[in-house]
Amino acid sequence: MIHQYKLNGYNIVLDVYSGSVHSVDDLAYDVIEMYKSNSREGIVSALLKKYKNNPEITADEVNDCIDDVQELEAKGKLFAEDKYENLAFDFKSRNTVIKALCLHIAHTCNLNCEYCFASQGKYHGDRALMSFEVGKRAIDFLVENSGSRVNLEVDFFGGEPLMNFDVVKQIVAYARSIEKEKNKNFRFTLTTNGMLINDDVIEFANKECHNVVLSLDGRKKVHDSLRKTVGGKGSYDIIVPKFQKFVKKRGDKNYYVRGTYTHNNTDFTNDIFHMADLGFTELSMEPVVCAPDDPYALTYDDLPVLFEQYEILAKEMLKREKEGKPITFYHYMIDLTGGPCIYKRISGCGSGTEYMAVTPWGELYPCHQFVGDPKYSLGNIYDGVTNREIQNEFKLCNAYARPDCKKCWARLYCSGGCAANAYHSSGSIKGVYEYGCQLFKKRMECAIMMKVAQSCN
Amino acid sequence: MKRIKTIETRDLNKSVKTGGCGECQTSCQSACKTSCGVANQQCEKCLDEK
Repeated sequence: MIHQYKLNGYNIVLDVYSGSVHSVDDLAYDVIEMYKSNSREGIVSALLKKYKNNPEITADEVNDCIDDVQELEAKGKLFAEDKYENLAFDFKSRNTVIKALCLHIAHTCNLNCEYCFASQGKYHGDRALMSFEVGKRAIDFLVENSGSRVNLEVDFFGGEPLMNFDVVKQIVAYARSIEKEKNKNFRFTLTTNGMLINDDVIEFANKECHNVVLSLDGRKKVHDSLRKTVGGKGSYDIIVPKFQKFVKKRGDKNYYVRGTYTHNNTDFTNDIFHMADLGFTELSMEPVVCAPDDPYALTYDDLPVLFEQYEILAKEMLKREKEGKPITFYHYMIDLTGGPCIYKRISGCGSGTEYMAVTPWGELYPCHQFVGDPKYSLGNIYDGVTNREIQNEFKLCNAYARPDCKKCWARLYCSGGCAANAYHSSGSIKGVYEYGCQLFKKRMECAIMMKVAQSCN
Repeated sequence: MKRIKTIETRDLNKSVKTGGCGECQTSCQSACKTSCGVANQQCEKCLDEK
């Protein structure tokens, strides 16, 4: 399968099943477009007609170009066949191990963000804090179920995890005390709204956390309109200085300043650039996921604006890179040579199989976005996964499981997409969240364009 | 090639033999939490080789 598109002055041809990316001129772009459905004579004749005002385009030139396309096809870099479908199901039907847990350290929050999918941290249930005993057992459960995997990820999530910071510290100390003996390498991530960041938190997180995710929506007005304290005031002025101090002390360790954009700020690149102006360079900005009738829900009319925004962002990032002031955008991070293997690309996100969320009471869910939905309770950290029926559904949820993805060029980039988004928009984890797909594809086109631009310069 | 520049990429077909160790990051665990993308994940093996 070929996906070809023009962006920022580049003609880009993506060969989906080999992963090859080609930057081509106009003639080659047309040849590739016509190659599979026309004879050589037909291509030559049609293109001589199209380029009749260009004396450089002769029959020999077109024939040479067709020869090049043929050569790339023979090398498996154009029109490569899809040989992965059986692999997708064979791979996932094997015994899987758990390698990541999202620990819901606190089902409570000190902010009252309107768009929170976790319903202000409560996940539509009771407020609760995870005890150390539950957290310790979760770490043991992860180790016991991780087979020979060395790298294990644990995310401290909420609600607001710093409302239960002592338990976070205890869990980390416990995990560190067993990792050598168990031959594991724990990578901790802390996701925080920043309200409770202090020197103690900064020192701890910069020593122990592989990554921190700091929630900021961008400009003060945008941030404060939805991310409010329980008393109804904006939180921007409280958190921004804390984040700046945190990041300054973090050195070269990973972090993301992560925002959510909504219908209210479809010009979200201004929020990303504002984050950069504040001194942050590692940035992530996600479209809001909510019910379509929420006042801030993104609409189909917003899409052309959002597409343009992603293009503006990509071009600005290239410009800043040239100027020696680069910023990173999570969704534009693509490593074309050292990126994921085919198994990763086809086997889905891992929710419910390699990745699970743990509630403050020790219940297991396929991921943080299913927490609170009793239908998706998988079991608990004491008895393990008992709801095999649901787990098996997730096991077979991969890039080839969704009929809607069959003709999509991007499925080896999203691996079939987010099961939770699919469920919430279509009623089935094997459905698709079509709106999200459109944004995802645009982001991939921009990310690949940036790689082409960097390679051509 | 005069009109086609091929950007260096990992050959997905070849990774059928070399991939699948599973040491890589779980897809949305670390940054976005509300969507799934695997393209921006790093291969741990490739990282070790760098």
